Amino acid sequence: MSTPPPESAFALGGTTFGSRLILGTGGVTSPAMLEKVIRASGAELVTVALRRIDSTATMGGGMLEVLARCGVRLLPNTAGCRTATEAVTVAHLAREAFETPWIKLEVIGDERTLLPDAVELLSAAERLVADGFTVLPYTTDDPVLARRLADAGCAAVMPAGAPIGSGLGIGNPHHLRLLRQSVEVPVILDAGIGTASDAALAMELGCDAVLLASAVTRAVDPVRMATAMRHAVEAGRLAAGAGRIARRFHALASTPDEGRPEL
Amino acid sequence: MLAAGLPDVVVVGAGPIGLAVAWRCATRGMRVTVYDPDPGSGASGVAAGMLAPVAETYFGERTLTGLLVESAARWPGFVAELAESTGLEVGYRTEGTLTVALTGDDLAEAERLWSYQRELGLPVTPLRPAELRAHEPLLAPGLRGGALAPGDHQVDPRRLVAALRIAARRAGVSLVGTPVRRLSDVARPAGVTVVAAGCGTAALTGLPIRPVKGQVLRLRAPAGAGPGFRRVIRGYADGRSVYLVPRADGEVVVGATVEERGDLDVTAGAVLELLRAATDLLPEIAEYELVEARAGLRPGTPDNAPLIGPLAHRPEVVVAAGHYRHGIVLTPITADLVADLLSTGVADPLLGPLAPDRFAAERGPFVDDQSSHVGRMRWN
Repeated sequence: MSTPPPESAFALGGTTFGSRLILGTGGVTSPAMLEKVIRASGAELVTVALRRIDSTATMGGGMLEVLARCGVRLLPNTAGCRTATEAVTVAHLAREAFETPWIKLEVIGDERTLLPDAVELLSAAERLVADGFTVLPYTTDDPVLARRLADAGCAAVMPAGAPIGSGLGIGNPHHLRLLRQSVEVPVILDAGIGTASDAALAMELGCDAVLLASAVTRAVDPVRMATAMRHAVEAGRLAAGAGRIARRFHALASTPDEGRPEL
Repeated sequence: MLAAGLPDVVVVGAGPIGLAVAWRCATRGMRVTVYDPDPGSGASGVAAGMLAPVAETYFGERTLTGLLVESAARWPGFVAELAESTGLEVGYRTEGTLTVALTGDDLAEAERLWSYQRELGLPVTPLRPAELRAHEPLLAPGLRGGALAPGDHQVDPRRLVAALRIAARRAGVSLVGTPVRRLSDVARPAGVTVVAAGCGTAALTGLPIRPVKGQVLRLRAPAGAGPGFRRVIRGYADGRSVYLVPRADGEVVVGATVEERGDLDVTAGAVLELLRAATDLLPEIAEYELVEARAGLRPGTPDNAPLIGPLAHRPEVVVAAGHYRHGIVLTPITADLVADLLSTGVADPLLGPLAPDRFAAERGPFVDDQSSHVGRMRWN
């Protein structure tokens, strides 16, 4: 009988992670930078586009070597796919190449916003679950679609806070709250993070984890931003569990008058 | 005439780096043999030849930036010496480079970099759209802004290799067409072996050099005319990066993808994206003839900076490789640094951060002549 994970641990697809920050590699300028960023962020799960790398090539010093050396788990994704059939094919290739049934499922429906195609996404998710994959779908902040994905057997849902790479933060916090309440599976905020406060807000809204790439890899100082994101995710998680005070219209003195000596 | 006390030099690889090293060493009196079954067939056969220390400056790469600036400054002299030795010109053009942004998003992204480049004191001047089009009237009218880097020049790498072969031969270098499988096959007693084999350096030395694929197109202006623009155009077109390099002979090089792959396939999607971005910035090139679509493999290193200098445990092996996307601009300084090292035995301080073994601590010891293979790794 396994002991329940500590409060800070994050269970996903039957695995427990100490970190609630998941990194993407998109936009990283070099393998050396990727290594520094992973170590600074404390991430234990890193997602890589299958299309961007040739897993059979000899890649001394490349991205895959860095991931192996950092001891992080690799999460292949289907970035660039636009149909369910394409995404399912890529997922199978990824399972073969990386010997993992985990897949971050992306099925893009619009080229300018890179928002997901809900119909194709659900269809691909159903097929991949049936094929034995641990499916982590990139979705919108629509609570109904999230429930459908969870019902289809996805191991988590990954709503966008804002379009991929936009750095706009969380466009609709209310939807994210609704979404959090509509599913039992973990909710991972995926896409839209621009800076540390965005990541903290996602956690405060009840997300179980945050996935980000550009916010760190394209920052002027990626290592410093990775450190900031690690703290932000931890801070947001702590705050979410700490029970914030009610919002008031007027001030309430933090030091009450009662009991003060009259001088 | 051979100078006393200088080593016999074997160079593995006859790309621009290997040939320039051979030429520089031979002119200093060393006996030099270069091995390559197909000179110039590596990354240089595809490369655009931008000599762009400013446009290639990115956040957090100060060492590399310094090296690019220093090598770019050596290009005028390098070209003059080559011309003197061979009578050939190598397509060296000094009109400068315009970096342009198509959309507001592109401009915001570009402005971050221009600010950083200006903070470093690099010559780059932001321009309004009207000023941009005064420099190059064929640029798309909708561009939101740009910047001129007057010191970012260009050269034609194919002409460069042809000229370097002649210069090296005239300086007494022998070129041998035998492929090199192991360094011990070619090493001379009491000699020095320079490994300038690009991506092939990994298999010969075990150093972390990986292929980074780039797809590049070559277009030609119609009816034998020169291209309608003179400066190198680099830019962002709705999030896509692209460059257009106009040659005096009518050729325009359009590139390039950056892919963590080791194959040489040309893909429809890459050609589409490159042409879409290029025509977004410079609509006229849609009328140009598409004469070539090729892929090349940049020799990438973990930190994007080259590996130059002796191996720590085998000082008779000197590496000059891993130049990633900067092989052409770094050709003169690499050749000078290696030739200085071999002729004087003293390493220039510039070589310190370029030491080939600088990643050894992270990666563990290597077995010679064997590269790591990702297929053996297990993912948890």
